[in-house]
Amino acid sequence: MVNENLVKDVVKEPYKYGFVTDIDTDKIEKGLNEDVIKLISQKKEEPKFLLDFRLKAFKKWQKMKEPDWAALGYKKIDYQDIIYYSAPKQKEKISSLDEVDPKLLETFDKLGIPLTEQKKLTNVAVDAVFDSVSIATTFREELSKHGVIFCSISEAVKNHADLIEKYLGTVVPDSDNYFAALNSAVFSDGSFVYIPKGVTCPMDLSSYFRINSGDSGQFERTLIIAEESSSVSYLEGCTAPMFDTNTLHAAVVELIALDDASIKYSTVQNWYAGDEEGIGGIFNFVTKRGKCLGKRSKISWSQVETGSAITWKYPSCLLLGEESVGEFYSVALTNNLQQADTGTKMIHIGPKTKSTIVSKGISAGKSKNSYRGLVKMGTKATGSRNYSQCDSMLIGDQASANTFPYIKSQQPNSEIEHEASTCRISEDQLFYLQSRGIEFEEAVSMMVSGFCRDVFNQLPMEFAAEADKLLALKLEGSVG
Amino acid sequence: MQRKMKESDPILEVENLAASTDNLPILKGVSLTVYPGEIHAIMGRNGCGKSTLSKIIAGHPSYNITNGDIKFLGENINSLEPEERSQSGIFLGFQYPIEIPGVSNLEFLRVSTNARRKFLNKEELDTFDFEELVKEKLEIVQMDHAFLSRSVNQGFSGGEKKRNEILQMALLEPKIAILDETDSGLDIDALRIVASGIKKISNAQTGIILITHYQRLLDEIKPNYVHVMSDGQIIKTGESDLALELEEKGYEWTDNFIKET
Repeated sequence: MVNENLVKDVVKEPYKYGFVTDIDTDKIEKGLNEDVIKLISQKKEEPKFLLDFRLKAFKKWQKMKEPDWAALGYKKIDYQDIIYYSAPKQKEKISSLDEVDPKLLETFDKLGIPLTEQKKLTNVAVDAVFDSVSIATTFREELSKHGVIFCSISEAVKNHADLIEKYLGTVVPDSDNYFAALNSAVFSDGSFVYIPKGVTCPMDLSSYFRINSGDSGQFERTLIIAEESSSVSYLEGCTAPMFDTNTLHAAVVELIALDDASIKYSTVQNWYAGDEEGIGGIFNFVTKRGKCLGKRSKISWSQVETGSAITWKYPSCLLLGEESVGEFYSVALTNNLQQADTGTKMIHIGPKTKSTIVSKGISAGKSKNSYRGLVKMGTKATGSRNYSQCDSMLIGDQASANTFPYIKSQQPNSEIEHEASTCRISEDQLFYLQSRGIEFEEAVSMMVSGFCRDVFNQLPMEFAAEADKLLALKLEGSVG
Repeated sequence: MQRKMKESDPILEVENLAASTDNLPILKGVSLTVYPGEIHAIMGRNGCGKSTLSKIIAGHPSYNITNGDIKFLGENINSLEPEERSQSGIFLGFQYPIEIPGVSNLEFLRVSTNARRKFLNKEELDTFDFEELVKEKLEIVQMDHAFLSRSVNQGFSGGEKKRNEILQMALLEPKIAILDETDSGLDIDALRIVASGIKKISNAQTGIILITHYQRLLDEIKPNYVHVMSDGQIIKTGESDLALELEEKGYEWTDNFIKET
């Protein structure tokens, strides 16, 4: 019914972040073995405990099998055909931003993440990661006045080895799953955040991950520790150039919240999704987990997943502390031939723990979008509560949506609530909005935003606006 | 029937319009001309094509025009998108206003109003200025401000939905309004509110087409012309007393008419 050409025109809307930065890189040979891991560790001048951590994970990984339970289809990954370390060549020790290759600064400028003193974002501290290394972190001095540590994880390994040794791998163990084990063996860079006792982080912290190289994987590692009665809001953004090959991105994120601490972790994921025939795009296989260790601690995940050829991730909460709270707010949008299998796990261990899950899946084109989630009440989780709401929206008649809720309760004195719905943008709704002078594209994006409202309300202000725009852009021409 | 000489140009001219959906003919040659200041009523059995006519004038994508023309202010609009028709001043009041979950009524009304204003080269309104405007218009339909913060038509009663339609008409200030069974499902009080709202909004420059089954709306808003439709055609046109006669004798009476062309 809808003008065919209009649909074709807008689907062609190019991916805005698809450019490649032409820069000399220090890349190691393709392939993975113990020597490669030793080489990565050596390049990063790591202490022995970390090399041991990597090698142990690698041994376990070799014995593990790539999982196939997700509702995903893709060609087998050749792990020997990936470069595990790629870094832009620059001076050994960089003392200020002036020494950073201007091409890199320009790249982040183009992505809307200016890093230089004059242009940097005013109320967000940014850690910019380019392929395997962190390029710069803004507002470090300002943050250090409050005792907040915000730096690349490589730097933290050098300067705060005690914290790394104490917490790394305590939330996501090295053999947790196939991709987490791989990450533990070869992780290159990522962000480290430490909020000391009683401190409310004075500004939002943000990491921006950029994949530039086509044949190297990205394996970043993020660790956030919130001490007693502290709080922090952390944002994560991701983009990648357009390549016709698939790039593997297998990250691990670990969050730890102690008594009365709160961590809010927001993601806007816009990795390159491949073209309309499904050629190219990022394989986004990520393990994200938070541990509410302390009493009344709170971890809140919000994510807007719009990119990647395949998204496979379940940001989860282990609710150990009494009265701790876990939240998961998600919008996952798939178009063309994208696939997403995403959701969360809320593991209630301590008593009076509470969790909320709100998931909104939007499938357009010929894409496949699944929610998969586990809510588990352990034997000691007396008086605990969960509320889950999983809504799917279908656009067009070739997309699919699935919901796989797993519920396990070993505690009769707990409550679990699950609601689910599926809807479709109807021609009548579109006609109604159009007959009020609203353009077709805007009508679609209004309805999608409306559908996602509950989740967008959870995002930090700047992110919410960005997410809204991103969805509109991604959906242009997908209704037919 | 013989028309008086008109000083101004017509707003809407439907000329021998035929249309189908899924290859099923619905309209079989409808002609209708509306001049500024005129009120037309279209009556007829369910399924006679009244609602289809209104949707086609508004540009619904499910119908194909197989013959004839629709002219608005002298221009052929057969191929215009629904939003272009709305922006240029055609308004369709829905028989069953559609619910749009999650989209705030206020924002919807603002975007819609601004689309029309943009077309008229008027300044677009920001949230604050729009609030002022909408407050004024709410009074016309005696609606509470609380309606604005709800999702479009969601959870509205039948009467509230219809009043929301008239509120949109008041904001958009159309050249022609086609009101499809706006009176159905309204109690006496709501009907009066809606009718007086329509009268307040319309003037000597606007045209109105009322699609209805009932005399009671026409008691409130007296039409200049009444058309009776049957099987995709207008089979009789008269003045307001035709509606009274129709109410008295029922549609069976019209079955014997021979199509007037």
